[in-house]
Amino acid sequence: MSLAQLHHLSKTYALGQVRVQALTNVSLQLKPACFTVLSGPSGSGKTTLLNLIAGIDRPDEGSIEIAGQSLQQLSDNALTDFRARNIGYIFQNFNLLPVLTAYENIEYPLHLNKTPAALRRKRVLQLLEAVGLADKAQSRPNQLSGGQRQRVAIARALVHQPLLVLADEPTANLDSQTGAQIIALMRELQRQQKTAFVFSSHDPQVIASADHLVLLKDGHLQAPQPLQEAV
Amino acid sequence: MIGLALRNLWRNQRRSATTLLAMMIGMLSILLFGGYSRTVYYGLETDFVGRTGHLQLQRKDYFWFGSGDPQGYSLHDYQQLADEIRLDPVLAPLLRVVTPVLQFGGIAGNFDAGLSKLVIVQGVDVAAQNEMRRWNDYQLAITPDLLSMDPKVPNEAEIGVGVARMLQLCSQLTLPDCPAQEVNNEGSPDVGGSLLSADIAALATSQSDPSSPATSGAQLELLAASTGGAPNVNRLQINRAVTTGAKELDEVYLAMLLPQAQQLLYGEPGQQVTALQIQLQHSSDLELARSRLQQLIAEKWAAQPLEVHDFQTLNPAFGQITGMFAAIFGFITILISAIVLFTVGNTMSMAVLERTVEIGTLRTLGLRRSGIRRLFVSEGLLLGLTGAGLGTIMSLFFAALINQAGFSWVPPGNSNPVPITIRLWGEHQMLLSIAVTVVVVATISAWWPARRAAKQDVVDALRYV
Repeated sequence: MSLAQLHHLSKTYALGQVRVQALTNVSLQLKPACFTVLSGPSGSGKTTLLNLIAGIDRPDEGSIEIAGQSLQQLSDNALTDFRARNIGYIFQNFNLLPVLTAYENIEYPLHLNKTPAALRRKRVLQLLEAVGLADKAQSRPNQLSGGQRQRVAIARALVHQPLLVLADEPTANLDSQTGAQIIALMRELQRQQKTAFVFSSHDPQVIASADHLVLLKDGHLQAPQPLQEAV
Repeated sequence: MIGLALRNLWRNQRRSATTLLAMMIGMLSILLFGGYSRTVYYGLETDFVGRTGHLQLQRKDYFWFGSGDPQGYSLHDYQQLADEIRLDPVLAPLLRVVTPVLQFGGIAGNFDAGLSKLVIVQGVDVAAQNEMRRWNDYQLAITPDLLSMDPKVPNEAEIGVGVARMLQLCSQLTLPDCPAQEVNNEGSPDVGGSLLSADIAALATSQSDPSSPATSGAQLELLAASTGGAPNVNRLQINRAVTTGAKELDEVYLAMLLPQAQQLLYGEPGQQVTALQIQLQHSSDLELARSRLQQLIAEKWAAQPLEVHDFQTLNPAFGQITGMFAAIFGFITILISAIVLFTVGNTMSMAVLERTVEIGTLRTLGLRRSGIRRLFVSEGLLLGLTGAGLGTIMSLFFAALINQAGFSWVPPGNSNPVPITIRLWGEHQMLLSIAVTVVVVATISAWWPARRAAKQDVVDALRYV
């Protein structure tokens, strides 16, 4: 049984007057509670594929189904609500809201889901503890290091217990040691929460930690290859 | 949402402060002018109501034709009418003064100098008129200009400074800035009026009240056409010349005691006047009083064709001046609103541009387009509320400062300088309406950038550098 099914996805972008074929006929199945890495060189279509799965972009052709829900059939509002409930997103640049504290940043998705205050507090404190930032709860993003910010972003992505967490090159802006810590943290949380993680990355450390590796090149899905070889 | 909006505004303190300052200065301009206009309104109203009352009961069409035929358009049994008004259960609690007035045209002559001048005569009850002039419902810092005649001295009168000037009475009345008239080649003054003949002067002497004290100082002869067209003359002792604030009025104004005016016009003190002036305690009761009077006219006083006019109809200058101030006030409000609109709009546009990635992030996390729109509109609303609040406080402070400074000016329709007063304290309706306008304008100006923010493509927003 798969968590997400991607059928024959194609996506073209306009860059000025030039049309760029970002994805061509990509089909894929994502398993629940699985650590999947989308890898490939720059411009291979990793981020585009991640955006389509996240429902923040729509394919030109093909279809996406997550937990039995076809994303194409959803209106903009319904798709946004679906995202709020079922998707967690970790950005390469962390994208924390600068005016909110670490606590409030993590709490934000629970506000969107109208979670009761008591439950919000419980979940946020749990996640702050899990990512090792209990003592930084009241710190603003500009008072945190890069690794700490990414930890807050991970906690924010997991706080509402989504079906799927998407991460766009989450270690790209971190040094290798911090990157390794972040990967280990995500792996640990993924095991604890049994949430499916999908990364886009060409970081060997990330690829090495994957349960399932998807290779992309020039918008095409490549034949599966053993993990050791890919690393 | 409001908390997030507030923090976003606080995030860029300098820009928010500049926007707030623009709104505060805008509000200050509107409110100071509004407060000043309000003082002018109240000043004019106090002046007009003090002179003509809130309402006048007149014979039908007197307003249009009465000045040419005061006898034909006189009110009969005015004392009975006045008593019925004073005792009416609806009107009684609203009333302050009910007093008769007789107004007609005449010719005033300085027999000694051989000069004459057309005048408009006001026959009045001095005590009642002075009580009307003390009406100051808005507690303005003004001193009422009271009539100077002594009701016990029948021939006393006062005139406008223009009448005094034309009749060469300046020196007797010790008027400053009263130029002497040039003498023409024939040796007689170059005047528009006619010379009083000696027989009219003799008539005046014969008709003067023998009980009046011996006259000295400024005197004039007042000629009027009595009922039937026969001339009637009275010699008046002028005790002062007044400035009404309008040169045209100064050149025709003559006030005298009502019984003498009635005698001059009707041949004897009688039961006729040209109007009953009705002054109320408060202007806010005007409509209630008017409708009651109209009811009485229709039901009780049907035997005599009557009508009622308010002070605005009787003094068209009131509407013209207040209308002009209202137009300027409206123009300033529109101008300032446009400035606020563009200032807040520009601030919010900058915020949308700077926070493009943040907008993409919020949308990715699951905030609907309407949520993005609400966020930015909330920021505009908060800016508006803060700007309106601080602008109101600043305006009250500056108004108090100006009021204490002791500046003065001569407003339209006034003859004496009055203190410049910015009347804001207690003007809740004006303060509230301007504050609401600023809040609404700020919110509207945030709406367009907010809409643009909400319409952004999520992927493009996340990619924005």
